[in-house]
Amino acid sequence: MPTLTVNGRTQAVAAEPETPLLYVLRDEWGLNGAKFGCGLGQCGACTVEVEGRAILSCLTPIGVLEGRPVTTVEGLGSPENPGPLQAAFIAENAAQCGYCIAGMIMRAHALLRSVPHPSEAEIRAALRFNLCRCGTHMRILAAVRRAAGLEPPTTGATP
Amino acid sequence: MGRRRITVWLGGLLVLAAAGFAVAAWRPALAPGSPTPAETAPEQVRKGAILASLGYCASCHTAEGGRPYAGGRGVTTPFGTIAATNITPDPETGIGRYTLDAFTRAMRQGVDREGRHLYPAFPYTHYAGLTDADVAALYAFVMTREPVRAEAKANALPFPLSWRPLLAGWKLLFVRDLKIPADPRRDAEWHRGAYLAEALSHCGACHTPRNLLGAEVRSRAYAGGEVDGWWAPPLDRSSPAPLAWDKESLARYLAEWDPQAGGAAGPMRPVVDAHRTVPAGEIRALAAYTATLYGPGPAGSRTGPVDRAIPGDDPALARGAATYAGACAVCHESGGGAAGGVPYTTPSLGHRTTLRAPDPRNLILVLRDGIAPREHAPGPIMPAYGAMLTPAQMTDLAAYLRARFSPDGPWPGLDETVRDLMRDAPRPGAHAEAGR
Repeated sequence: MPTLTVNGRTQAVAAEPETPLLYVLRDEWGLNGAKFGCGLGQCGACTVEVEGRAILSCLTPIGVLEGRPVTTVEGLGSPENPGPLQAAFIAENAAQCGYCIAGMIMRAHALLRSVPHPSEAEIRAALRFNLCRCGTHMRILAAVRRAAGLEPPTTGATP
Repeated sequence: MGRRRITVWLGGLLVLAAAGFAVAAWRPALAPGSPTPAETAPEQVRKGAILASLGYCASCHTAEGGRPYAGGRGVTTPFGTIAATNITPDPETGIGRYTLDAFTRAMRQGVDREGRHLYPAFPYTHYAGLTDADVAALYAFVMTREPVRAEAKANALPFPLSWRPLLAGWKLLFVRDLKIPADPRRDAEWHRGAYLAEALSHCGACHTPRNLLGAEVRSRAYAGGEVDGWWAPPLDRSSPAPLAWDKESLARYLAEWDPQAGGAAGPMRPVVDAHRTVPAGEIRALAAYTATLYGPGPAGSRTGPVDRAIPGDDPALARGAATYAGACAVCHESGGGAAGGVPYTTPSLGHRTTLRAPDPRNLILVLRDGIAPREHAPGPIMPAYGAMLTPAQMTDLAAYLRARFSPDGPWPGLDETVRDLMRDAPRPGAHAEAGR
């Protein structure tokens, strides 16, 4: 039986090793932050963080996560006590429908872990494959800049 | 005394030889100038734009995220990295002072306006076969691009390769008149394709093996080569492709994607992307010619797609199978894009030449970096598994894919290749770099 460590909690999972992590998070552990979007690794709504890298939980079999701690958006803070990145997303009103936001936050979290003060171009490069159908991209970018303590870009936002 | 005299004689001979070589290597600078209005007439520019797409000029002369044709991309070769130059008409840092004569000499002989020999990463050995009319149209196109001030980066080459006059010797050894194949039994379309493939599109620059001095081995034309750390598959009879390519499937592949054989990745992707702005007739001509490189007769090793049952008692293959089931199957077992499955997938991975390759580099590179979506156009997309899998997990997955989808036996040195290539696994938060 594979063992998973998610947000600091280690537990055996009654599932086959090929089971995608997303199904375990949502259906077994009630961690509903990561979303099922396309199920094909194309939209980024299911993004979580493993070893400093953003990965797509809908395509990650739990068998490859033995001994590799996973962080989901629930691991960054709570509604009462949001983490800095979550607080920045709240402050910038970055969510409209909110479906993509957990993935956006986790992608940004992985970026800021390795590059604490990214350039505008680095933020855009990291987030470019996470889709948002509402179109709140400018607010999402502002939230990541806020979390990283960066000034907004001065002229037209194209890097 | 006698020995000293011999030394003097030998020294003198060496000096003479060096001087002779310097004279032979010397090329004059050509007078600066600029194009006449007739040389950049709009119809010439339009024609040149299509030719520039078919010559894939931008895939080397435009840097990642850089201004078009302003150079800066490093072309990796076994000898070192050559920095692609700025070919916008900026007078100081580009080719703004090139006359048509200077441009023609650079294209055909690999000598810049100032008289310096150019490295053969610039495929002048192929461009030597271009017609005067096509060189003039290319000149019209590049000389009407937006000038960009961008100093060329320095090449990273060891001495003595960094000494350009040496290239005169290389040219003496390896530059021959480019013969465009002609065959009275073939039609005009095939001959057009031969001209494009051999001269402008320089297919052999990647798909023909090179010798120790980096020159294409003409006697083994299209027997497969190397580019940027990727395996460039053979286009001749030694092709390990599971399916027989024909003109129709090649035309689909070169234009976008073939539902049976799949689409391009790695350094071939910018080639296919460049074809988006090329008239379909030119692509069909290229396909007509390249389809015949395999030669006549039975399909040789083209045994068709393989999908073998994997014994369950090998733990490494079982781990690979579980990863495949969770990470790959949702797309690659969907039946193929043409049959209503996930778009841009083939019916199975057994249809892909990648798994029949002599070594695992292409598979590992595409698994590691994924396939970034095209900008503003439909196309395939694949996540970068280098961010998800450890090198050991990547090795298990690759071994499973090879065992299941190829009849050729395990890849030797698979785990070393994976370890080498995974050192450049995607940075946190990143996907594949766009394009390549």
